[in-house]
Amino acid sequence: MDLSLLVIQMLNGLQLGLLLFLVASGLTLVFGILDFVNLAHGALYMLGAFFCATLTFALGNFLLAVFVSIPIMAAVGWVLERVLARPLYARDHLDHVLGTFGAILVIDTLVHLIWGPEGIQVPLPDYLEGQVPLWGDVVVPTFRLLIIGAGLGAAGLLFWLVNYTRLGMLIRAGASNRTMVSALGINIEMLFALVFALGAALAGLAGMLIAPITEASIGMGNNIIITAFVVIIVGGIGSMKGAFIAALLIGLIDTLGRSFLDDIFKFAMSTEAAETSAPAVSAMLIYIIMAAVLAFRPQGLFPPKVR
Amino acid sequence: MAALLDISGLNKSFGGIKATDDLNLSVEPGELHAIIGPNGAGKTTLISQLCGLQRPDTGAIRFKGRDVTHVPPHRRARLGMTRSYQITSLIMEMSVRDNIALAVQARDGHAFRFIAAARKDRRLREQADALLARVGLQAKADMKAVALSHGEHRHMEIAIALASQAELMLLDEPMAGLGSEETKAMVKLLKGIKGKHSILLIEHDMDAVFALADRISVLVYGHIIATGTPDDIRSNSAVQQAYLGEDA
Amino acid sequence: MTRKTWITLAAMVALAVLPPVFYWTGNAFYLDLATRLTILAIAAVSLNLILGYGGLISFGHAAYLGLGAYAVGIPAYHWLYDGIGDWATNGFVHIGLAVAITSTFALITGAICLRTRGVYFIMITMAFAQMIYYLIVSIETYGGDDGLVIDTRSEFPGLNLDKPLQLFGLAYVSLVVVMLLVNMIVNSRFGMVLQAAKGNNERTVTLGFNTYIFQLVAYVISGAIAGYAGALLGNFTTFISPEMMDWRTSGELMFMVILGGTATILGPVLGSAAFILLEEILVDSLTWVEHLLDGILGMKIELSNYWHLPFGLLLIIIVLYVRGGLMGLINRKED
Repeated sequence: MDLSLLVIQMLNGLQLGLLLFLVASGLTLVFGILDFVNLAHGALYMLGAFFCATLTFALGNFLLAVFVSIPIMAAVGWVLERVLARPLYARDHLDHVLGTFGAILVIDTLVHLIWGPEGIQVPLPDYLEGQVPLWGDVVVPTFRLLIIGAGLGAAGLLFWLVNYTRLGMLIRAGASNRTMVSALGINIEMLFALVFALGAALAGLAGMLIAPITEASIGMGNNIIITAFVVIIVGGIGSMKGAFIAALLIGLIDTLGRSFLDDIFKFAMSTEAAETSAPAVSAMLIYIIMAAVLAFRPQGLFPPKVR
Repeated sequence: MAALLDISGLNKSFGGIKATDDLNLSVEPGELHAIIGPNGAGKTTLISQLCGLQRPDTGAIRFKGRDVTHVPPHRRARLGMTRSYQITSLIMEMSVRDNIALAVQARDGHAFRFIAAARKDRRLREQADALLARVGLQAKADMKAVALSHGEHRHMEIAIALASQAELMLLDEPMAGLGSEETKAMVKLLKGIKGKHSILLIEHDMDAVFALADRISVLVYGHIIATGTPDDIRSNSAVQQAYLGEDA
Repeated sequence: MTRKTWITLAAMVALAVLPPVFYWTGNAFYLDLATRLTILAIAAVSLNLILGYGGLISFGHAAYLGLGAYAVGIPAYHWLYDGIGDWATNGFVHIGLAVAITSTFALITGAICLRTRGVYFIMITMAFAQMIYYLIVSIETYGGDDGLVIDTRSEFPGLNLDKPLQLFGLAYVSLVVVMLLVNMIVNSRFGMVLQAAKGNNERTVTLGFNTYIFQLVAYVISGAIAGYAGALLGNFTTFISPEMMDWRTSGELMFMVILGGTATILGPVLGSAAFILLEEILVDSLTWVEHLLDGILGMKIELSNYWHLPFGLLLIIIVLYVRGGLMGLINRKED
């Protein structure tokens, strides 16, 4: 195993983990407080990427586009809450799932209609295109460091928001006892809409950050949402700490599994067998981990306190 | 004679609050033992531990001489322990008869049958109808459970408990939410059952408890402060102070 | 007989009679449509067993369809390229494999999923289905992303599935058998417990039933039936790709069950029919609008690719405003 490759892949895993956290934190917030299952959360991630792509061309600057897109995504989340989520709160999870599944179809097709079937490459400004030397001949693309930095920053901001602000106090109270918060005379509808908008902005931000690497494309949301589900199942639904730790864990395991599993397998089996089985196993790795966690802790690693 | 149910040293805390505090209690065969106590005394937590839905932190529950502290709820039911619910807990979208037939089937065993239609199974049907007649609901057998009144739901709960032919019936506030006429009907029904089954009755309605119970235990903050015959309890000063005094 | 039974019989007779008539009158396309409808209906009926009667919201049913289809495609592939012997094209082998694989998968994943409740269950079934999706994508021998052409259909004695009418006949008979089977199961003692656990799990447990085992058995039966439907689907499309086991397909199956009406025997069949017809109508009318725009305004926009847009909107409207599905409408009139 090559040490510099290992370092680079660890950074890639960290990057994936942080993006997963941005998506999963919104999901887990919305579920923890609103008891609402939002399948369309991945579609918000995709929308973030597309808005950012268009605005990058319109404004001529990627970073500026990100800053403009974040409030737009919050607004999209707000509208989605008003139109679709709010009438469904009182219904069962089956209706949540079907309703938001319909929303995915609508959003996916609208994106297809507006932006076309091809993905959109998002250009980066020159100062983000370069690479930063770590040591020796190990270099990391500047932009990946920016993603890691932005991801950590957003995570930190979220922790501050949830743990040290009045809004955060309400969110935490709402997650553990919904009736109590409404009994306190808080405008619970406003709180719900804010949480939804916050989740949309975070998911959108993740989409914006990944767009320059993978390009904005239609399938992207549906791929990440299931991984985000795995993250919050492993972390414990409704737990912010659980989402953070599980996101990093899943991000690292997935990335390292894909690059090193065949090498590891070669210790135990023939090269040929390792090379055929490793891709299959690494494709299933995070789900196997999820299954293992659930077998021992059905509520996830960090179950939130009982309501 | 050994006690049918024997609880010793039971403790259960929820985040620092002791819901059950070193609780000792027994139910003798054929006895109707009532538990009274103010709100928040930990009555429902106790029932949940007895039927196995919650695990005690420490202590032991012995049923028919066997330690059942760690036996899962569906097995306890099969050993001969059944419970009714304080908040009506029926299968609302099924018919009244189906609700009872299911309880008959639970005792009957043979649930892993895929072929014969259960509703046409005469054995299930006849027993269910007989039980419905016993609690006075035979006329409503084909209605959906959801269509019945609260008082009728309470009677269904009793029919389900009877269906299990359990040696021990744990009745969680069967009079809850009943009007005075309905309460009288329920007391009459329970008097008819009393003696044929051992009953642990948790109840708020004092008149009903003193009319029915052989022994009464008083539960305050998860701890039994007194156990005795209805007369003992009436004259017990600690009980009057802790509990009855508030009512008087 | 009740009105519901009459409608069920009439619908099933219509489904038996109309497609061959279309075929003989030169509209082979409608027979194809009916075959697809019938196969999807089998999958929907199986989903209804756990979703409608068991209250278990599985969002991973497409994986079973896909696994069933690959159980036909993979032996056929090895038969063609590795010459592994004619048993590999035998229909009983295919169906045996499909049922064995899907019931094993259902047993393992069900044992884990059913330890959890509610929203966990939805997400985990979805995740396990996605796992199978990625597994197939990663195996390049069987085409990965691009899918696998099934070169030869299952061979049954006295039956030629290359003949569209015979394939439809097999699918139709299978559907009827599966409907009777599910009807029998849900009305049995087993089915009573399953439905009771849906209505009130805790009560059913305290009555003395280990509901976990009942739900797991139902989950395995449902998976096996869906696997069987998958084997038929493979024979119908003669092409299988991971796309078919995408969660969009799972969502569509769920839509069929809900649209038709959960916990009814005919509901999922009506739902599948409605879904297939809806897809056709939406695509056709979008194509019509396309021509109109082209003819009048000279605008060339391809709209028929976008039928998921009105479909999604319709789904949202149904969820928000229509309760009880199509069978609900039928039952309401009966009251």
